[in-house]
Amino acid sequence: MSEPIKHRSTTKMVPYPSESIVPERDLGKTPVLETRHLGIDFGGLKAVEDFNLTIGRTEIAGLIGPNGAGKTTVFNLLTKVYEPTTGTVLINGRDTKGMNIVQASHLGIARTFQNIRLFSNMTVEENVRVGLHNQVKYDMFTGILRLPRYWKQEKKQHEQALELLSLFDMQSLADEVSGSLPYGMQRRLEIVRALATNPSLLLLDEPAAGMNPHETEELMETIARIRDQFQIAILLIEHDMSLVMGVCEGICVLNFGKVIAKGTADEIQSNPLVIEAYLGKRKEANA
Amino acid sequence: MVSFLSHLFNGISLGSVYAIIALGYSMVYGIAKMLNFAHGDVIMVGAYVCFSALQYWHLPPIVGVLISIVLCTVLGMLIERLAYKPLRQSTSLAVLITAIGVSYLLQNLALLIWGANNKVFTSIVPFDALRLFGGELVISGESIATVVCGVAIMIGLNAFVRRTKMGKSMRAVSEDKNAAELMGINVNRTISMTFAIGSALAAVAGVLLCSTYPTLTPTTGSMPGIKAFTAAVFGGIGSIPGAMLGGVLLGVIEILGKAYISTELGDALVFAVLIIVLLFKPSGLLGKPVREKV
Amino acid sequence: MSMKKKTFLMTAVTFAVVIAAFIICQVLIENKLMSRALRGQLIPICCYIVMAVSLNLTVGISGELSLGHAGFMSIGAFSGIVLAAWLKARFPELSDLARLLMAIVCGGLFSGVAGVLIGVPVLRLRGDYLAIVTLAFGEIIRNILNLVYFSLEGATLHASFNQPVLPGKFVYNGPAGAQGVTKIATFEVGFALVLFTLLVVFNLVNSRSGRAIKAIRDNRIAAESVGINVTKYKMMAFVISAVLAGMAGALFGLNYSTLQASKFNVDASIQVLVFVVLGGLGSILGSVISATVLYVLPEMLREFAQYRMLIYAVILILVMVLGNNPTLRGIVNRVGESLRGKNRKGDKAA
Repeated sequence: MSEPIKHRSTTKMVPYPSESIVPERDLGKTPVLETRHLGIDFGGLKAVEDFNLTIGRTEIAGLIGPNGAGKTTVFNLLTKVYEPTTGTVLINGRDTKGMNIVQASHLGIARTFQNIRLFSNMTVEENVRVGLHNQVKYDMFTGILRLPRYWKQEKKQHEQALELLSLFDMQSLADEVSGSLPYGMQRRLEIVRALATNPSLLLLDEPAAGMNPHETEELMETIARIRDQFQIAILLIEHDMSLVMGVCEGICVLNFGKVIAKGTADEIQSNPLVIEAYLGKRKEANA
Repeated sequence: MVSFLSHLFNGISLGSVYAIIALGYSMVYGIAKMLNFAHGDVIMVGAYVCFSALQYWHLPPIVGVLISIVLCTVLGMLIERLAYKPLRQSTSLAVLITAIGVSYLLQNLALLIWGANNKVFTSIVPFDALRLFGGELVISGESIATVVCGVAIMIGLNAFVRRTKMGKSMRAVSEDKNAAELMGINVNRTISMTFAIGSALAAVAGVLLCSTYPTLTPTTGSMPGIKAFTAAVFGGIGSIPGAMLGGVLLGVIEILGKAYISTELGDALVFAVLIIVLLFKPSGLLGKPVREKV
Repeated sequence: MSMKKKTFLMTAVTFAVVIAAFIICQVLIENKLMSRALRGQLIPICCYIVMAVSLNLTVGISGELSLGHAGFMSIGAFSGIVLAAWLKARFPELSDLARLLMAIVCGGLFSGVAGVLIGVPVLRLRGDYLAIVTLAFGEIIRNILNLVYFSLEGATLHASFNQPVLPGKFVYNGPAGAQGVTKIATFEVGFALVLFTLLVVFNLVNSRSGRAIKAIRDNRIAAESVGINVTKYKMMAFVISAVLAGMAGALFGLNYSTLQASKFNVDASIQVLVFVVLGGLGSILGSVISATVLYVLPEMLREFAQYRMLIYAVILILVMVLGNNPTLRGIVNRVGESLRGKNRKGDKAA
């Protein structure tokens, strides 16, 4: 573990070659994610168009925009749920053309889902262990025959799972059935499960949905801590502006499938296009 | 050549029966999003009821058919209300297992009521066979009646779904159940109505099937039911012309396969078609592909 | 009680129940207290336990409804019968037990190969489509078995397809099935096969592979997003299930002197499904108990034989409709919780 990264307000964002900005500290390294002219259309409807985004190795970035702007579609494009119609997605410098969800995951991308997708009949620990699937391995025969390696790896999985759960103080819930957890806990468990895959980029789809202001604040701290501890990049979709403005270094605003603004929190907050997208034009607002 | 034509006509006729069954399957699948495994057994019930009306109560054929249609309609709605409606929010696995249960229930009730012995169904088609090429090619009256019925039902159903209010509700529910409900459509009534229409068609199919193939047993409906599902998938589930096209093609494939390849492999051939279609064009010939929501 | 302890306890109880049942049966047989009719059912019961547990792996653990499980059983049965007959002609010095074991392995192998061949196309499908295609494959297997002929001329095995003319004596005669089979199946081997099945399934479920299988069942997209190869693990469950069904089939086939492919129709597949559903999807002990009870009961109540399938049908519907009723589920959960609460208090007091 290296030293904690300085708080957002002291981060300097610098331009990156492909119309993007990244934190100055990440400039010399391959970006964890780079998209070029990414686009997809569903039966003629352009859900996402000409989407360019670069995320530095240890950046926390936010993707915001009104409902239906195409944010989740971007996540689905990055994780290869959809194959893009145009453009490219590079994860850690590797082109993901033609890859499927599993291959994208192997490249180091992990995500949570807007509508929670836990393995709801399995326990909390089992959920995390499934996340560790490609980290702590042994084959089927070792499992069925219970060879020594089975016991060794199972122990390792158990320890790592508990350590990951401790991020959110969830060790005591390890044996609960995940589907019976309260909503907020389920969201946290999804983050832990995604982290278990040892990603270099973590995508969080509305992590604070359904949380109260106090919980949101805690989540904010945890997100920063995760980045510091694991030295990874995080891209999050969120409607709670206090969280986005509080933790994100670079922010990208999407409206009708197109990027309308990119920059730091302060720049975004004062951008007239962004205000218009969220509040409508002044004239209409008065009418 | 003549024998080929004769097989072809038999295939089209059998295919029309499949098509009528497939229409019911397809509508239910499109609207309730469930595979009504018991649909084939409603056919069997329809045939038994008509048989009883003619054999035991000596009613005229047309009355027998009407009674059969009415009873099957009620039966279909009853099944939906008692077995499927409580499971509307459940997994498709639960619904499918229930449907299998209903299928076995109907078969075994028929076994208790009508016994295990084969019943010989007397054809209800009043007109004679058509003789062509100096009597070399014989097309039975049943074949003609079946094909005519099939086409008429397809046209009628297509008009119903496009023109009437209930038909439009059905299409709305099949697109998006929740949105339809918000628009003030009574989803429960629409689904119930779909089962009613599907079951009425099954009764017709049962009578026509047994007029051509007169042996009637409690399991008469299960194979045609499964094959009709194959036809519905083949043509594109949810599509009315698709069900018709799939049915006819499948009937022709089955009859020609039995005639020219092997009698034993006729059924296997039909299932092979199903597997190939599902693998290479799961949306069927005339269906539209669906995208999974994430 | 932690989940881990609970799984361990469940496994232990299952094995204890099976072993105890075996010992009781042995004692009853020794003391001639078991009726002939029941004694004749012991081997089929073992076969159906294995069938139910293996189908539970596909339906309950992997979450894919298979309606063609009897097809795998038939492949195992007839490959086992043919191998046993050939072994007897070729290696007369082999003991019956050795031939039986080899036949079981052979049945599992052939059925496993069929499982791979069928699984490749089938497992690309989902839900209802998968169910109907497994049914289709079950029927295709039965159709094909009606066209296959095997005969023995001395120690030479002849085979043909769609051509019922072969030299020597028929071992397997198309639609007429297998005839003149030497019955070499034993209850002890049946019991061993049940233990083997339980061991395989329990160990699989509580391993990395088993967790991947369950994860795919619970949420396919989420499983993919953490890097699990869905096809591989679905295939694993499907093929292991097929192998076990084939082994059960070989044991079953060598317990009768004649056997036709028509015995392994859709009804047979659905009967096994009823065992699984009634015992509880995913519950191994449930499958063991329900297979035993539901197999023995109808034989004991012969006068009600005609109602058997009717009762099965009603049970299937009721279990599904009531089991998925939210009010009823709530009540069951509350009762369960209050019982557990009592236990907890009891623990503290002690």
